[in-house]
Amino acid sequence: MIPGSFSYHRPASVADAVKLLSDLGEDARPLAGGHSLVPMMKLRLASPAHLIDLHGIAGLKGIRRDGNKLVIGAMTTQHDLLASEEVAKSVPILHEAALLIADPQVRYRGTIGGNVANGDPGNDMPALMMTLGASYRLEGSGGTRDVAAADFYQGAYFTALEPGEILTSVAVPVPAAGHGYAYEKLKRKVGDYATAAAAVVLTMSGGKVATCAIGLTNVHETPLLATDAAKAVIGTSLDAATLAKAAAAAEAIMAPAADARGPVEYRKHVGGIMVTRALQRAAANAK
Amino acid sequence: MAKTHVTMKVNGAEVEGLVEPRTLLVHFIRENLGMTGTHIGCETTHCGACTVDIDGMSVKSCTMFAVQAQGSDIITVEGMANADGTLSALQEGFRMMHGLQCGFCTPGMIMRAHRLLKENASPSEEEIRMGISGNICRCTGYQNIVKAIQYAAAKINGVEFREAAE
Repeated sequence: MIPGSFSYHRPASVADAVKLLSDLGEDARPLAGGHSLVPMMKLRLASPAHLIDLHGIAGLKGIRRDGNKLVIGAMTTQHDLLASEEVAKSVPILHEAALLIADPQVRYRGTIGGNVANGDPGNDMPALMMTLGASYRLEGSGGTRDVAAADFYQGAYFTALEPGEILTSVAVPVPAAGHGYAYEKLKRKVGDYATAAAAVVLTMSGGKVATCAIGLTNVHETPLLATDAAKAVIGTSLDAATLAKAAAAAEAIMAPAADARGPVEYRKHVGGIMVTRALQRAAANAK
Repeated sequence: MAKTHVTMKVNGAEVEGLVEPRTLLVHFIRENLGMTGTHIGCETTHCGACTVDIDGMSVKSCTMFAVQAQGSDIITVEGMANADGTLSALQEGFRMMHGLQCGFCTPGMIMRAHRLLKENASPSEEEIRMGISGNICRCTGYQNIVKAIQYAAAKINGVEFREAAE
């Protein structure tokens, strides 16, 4: 399987990449890790006339602390996230989730920017970014803007990115000290997309949930924030009745596609179970 | 489509070639360089048979374009033997522990295990299994492959290899 012909461009700066993208128009695609795009090109499901390889732009890589935020360059790989002490210390759920993405070879190449910008409902990072209240920096010929992860996803592979724009970094607010977290992902085998997955970030106070955010992966055409489910657990000690209520509230907003991972009812059911497990584990590891 | 001149280092030697932008790295290695140890398996980034080592990373060479490897330092399975031509610890491990059945996945397994042991010289069995989770063996299973990597780790670390009780 060999992709169709294309012209290859390797700009050295974001400005050059943006200029190429706007000059070349819809026939051009940015190339990050390539582990979604290249297989699509080999299957001829994508056939861009121009690839704009972002690997030559040094400024797009790296993880830095900026006040109470972690700013992650778009070309930072999952492997870089796993190797980062700062990530492990301040946003450990990112480490946990990165470890569940694909396999080691893919994690060496796969980037955070590609993962969140592609708009694939199966990707793990988007729901996590919504849960964490992250925002994405988008740069285009018209300038720079920041879009909340929660406002970015509009449909499967359809995002707030305008033609000619590139996602250059992700800003993640560092959760409160002592927060509990968990990313529970059911998958058929190592390397697979989620049958259903749930991210939970919460804080506990006096044995009760004080704050909580819940995100859902691959149970809808976009990642979801399970707002009602999160509201249902606040002020509780996560007793069985509350967990059941939260799972039901999360299931109510799920609309997964039936696919090789299972029929709709099954995927919703296990989605609810992922929410329950993530809540319990997050509460248990909160300090 | 105009061809591009690429240069890179493969197994310590400078190589060059003319490629179309769409030429996958695995095809460049096999067809332009004639090194057929790197295998093409699933072609969809799942099986790991095409794994090579690029600038200190294990990479599936079926999912990267040769033009992207411009200037890279690449190791393929042909570069795994010791300088004197004897088998490296990993190759010896796969031979001694019979870490293969048909052998098609073996070059990718060896290249992945090479980087795994560079990053973690004494991996646990679980770390080995997770470490090779991007490499699929369709013949049989992973028991002897894991043993082969444990054998190599022991040899590299200068300790005696002991097989775990079955």
